[in-house]
Amino acid sequence: MDVCSTERSEGKAPPAVDAGALIRRRLSGFVQVLRDNGFAVGLGETADALRLLAAADLGNRAALLAGLRALLASRRSDWEKFAALFDAYWFARHLRDGARIADPRPRRGGPRMMVTADDGPESGTDAILRTERRPDGEGDDAPAAGHERGGTSDQERLARTDFRHILDPVERERVHALARRLAAAMRARLTRRHEVARNGSKIDLRRSLHRSVARGGLPLELVYRRRRTKPLKLVILLDASGSMSPYVTVFVRFMHGVLDSFRQAAAFVFHTRLADVTDAMREKDPQRAVDRLGLMAQGVGGGTRIGACLATFNRWHAARIIHSRTAVLIVSDGYDTGEPAQLASEMAALRRRCRRIAWLNPMIGWHGYEPVAAGMRAALPYVDLFAPAHSIESLEALEPYLARL
Amino acid sequence: MTDRNTISQRLAQAGYVADRDLATALWLMDLLQRPLLLEGAAGVGKTAVAQALAQVHGAHLIRLQCYEGLDQNAALYEWNYQRQILALKVRETSGQAAAAIEAEIFSEAYLLERPLLAAIRSETPIVLLIDEVDRADEEFEALLLEVLSDFQVTIPELGTLKARSIPRVVLTSNGTRELSDALRRRCLFHFVDFPDVDREAAIIKARLPAIDATLALQAARFVAAIRKEELRKVPGVAETLDFVAALTGMGIDDIRRDAEAVYDLLTALLKTHEDHAAIGLEVVERLVHKVA
Repeated sequence: MDVCSTERSEGKAPPAVDAGALIRRRLSGFVQVLRDNGFAVGLGETADALRLLAAADLGNRAALLAGLRALLASRRSDWEKFAALFDAYWFARHLRDGARIADPRPRRGGPRMMVTADDGPESGTDAILRTERRPDGEGDDAPAAGHERGGTSDQERLARTDFRHILDPVERERVHALARRLAAAMRARLTRRHEVARNGSKIDLRRSLHRSVARGGLPLELVYRRRRTKPLKLVILLDASGSMSPYVTVFVRFMHGVLDSFRQAAAFVFHTRLADVTDAMREKDPQRAVDRLGLMAQGVGGGTRIGACLATFNRWHAARIIHSRTAVLIVSDGYDTGEPAQLASEMAALRRRCRRIAWLNPMIGWHGYEPVAAGMRAALPYVDLFAPAHSIESLEALEPYLARL
Repeated sequence: MTDRNTISQRLAQAGYVADRDLATALWLMDLLQRPLLLEGAAGVGKTAVAQALAQVHGAHLIRLQCYEGLDQNAALYEWNYQRQILALKVRETSGQAAAAIEAEIFSEAYLLERPLLAAIRSETPIVLLIDEVDRADEEFEALLLEVLSDFQVTIPELGTLKARSIPRVVLTSNGTRELSDALRRRCLFHFVDFPDVDREAAIIKARLPAIDATLALQAARFVAAIRKEELRKVPGVAETLDFVAALTGMGIDDIRRDAEAVYDLLTALLKTHEDHAAIGLEVVERLVHKVA
């Protein structure tokens, strides 16, 4: 047993009369730390943790850690963080990674922004939905003067403007809000379409017979079986390199809107390495999600290694995440500093696993863009949809494509 | 926690070499009467935990293999329609009141127990293995919540059937689908990783007692090395055992001397064409020498 003597004295409750109360207080503090770090710990678990502490040998650090971890961690990411948090809290050890002990809740993104985002409740969504069928993205739309005109025409203009031209923070916030609403509207329609479209024609013999029992064995009422299809699953791989920076925040909002209550989805951010941001995207508050994501994307520099990041994805995540009704959306400008051959072979491997690959490239919306970058050319043969994604309108055009999956 | 040691020992007697953390989790299962969710890659021995646990407690093992489309009828209970219809036909001319007939044909005598119902209706506590729960649909997960938290099943025609004994429940998941927080929170959680070299050697010794200790260690090291290669399907513990059985079958007692024979036996470890193509004879030779 790997217990050293200092830990023993630390871990044991002090021989005071109210040791129980002390342990309870310390434990609830620990549970709070875990919750701050994204653990889903309920009251039931806390009560069981007390029972565990009562039954366990408090001096045995390894056993205590293992027991509390089995009880309080509920997924692999929790499992991996647990030991560091445990040591930091109970034994005041330093944390190495980005885990947090203090209350992490960042302040909301300023009340002014929130108000701006919420004005004109439904007109915004309607406006973008009505601006359909414009032949191209009109990416060179300059940021028109006098943006405080307000109303539908302003919304339309914003929907068509290339994200990189939107510099005003208030306008940017409005674009984020539009992206979020668009995502919510798309999600609602995509989900509904699933249910309406699923009407099979097979007779369910078991249920028909069951019903017939009540009628003396005469199958008066036939029961039909609906065909079940796996729900559509979305996997988004977002390029967070410098050249993509004008688009990243809008996409994060859009991703957040799509993933928010879509259980069948996963999101990754890549640059020089790949980071799984699905959990951050599940954050209810979009601003918090963006903040968490910002933390994860930090510390990357150098060129974009799309091929290597895809290799990581294929090797470590694909088997777990991708099923036959999965659409992979890669959002990137295709500037790869790695080997084009590697990008091509990883794209081929990804293509074999999933249903569709859509590559969204903000630069397509630019005037006169040709996919000449070596990386982009290597990837193209494996892409089912190569589409622009530089404005709200171009995002909106994705919906019919997603609905066909 | 002296019990952890006992559990480890008894698991070892049942042929399962557990790490200490798993022993703690199993001890906690009994203390808190919670199900245990085991997550990890395919082939790390998650199912074997349940089998060993059943052996340790001298309990019967009921296994529910999950699959897409698994529903209440296959997991919980089903009415025996054939018998019900026969019973109806027989009573057609008896003049019995319809209500009486109905009460009779929807009685327990016509109920077919499926694994979940069988598990909670068992007189003696059993081990219930819900295997690869991530393959089943989300609706099924919701059904499990009711069964696992209250250990009771409600059948509309019969009422609520309460558990006669609380089963020890082990759920396994390969992580192909994200499980709901609700299910995760009801369970203890243990992440099962590939065993380290020493533990894998111990597993080989436990399962194949006749084997030479050096060969067991060599094979464990070789498999550990091959797992580090770029593979589509990483070999699990079961594959290691096949591989070692094949080695002894060919009379090899030192893999360093016979890299070519090891190469021929890779079929036991590698299960896809691409992996076979990726691990050539020269790779095997390199790995075999590292093993020394």
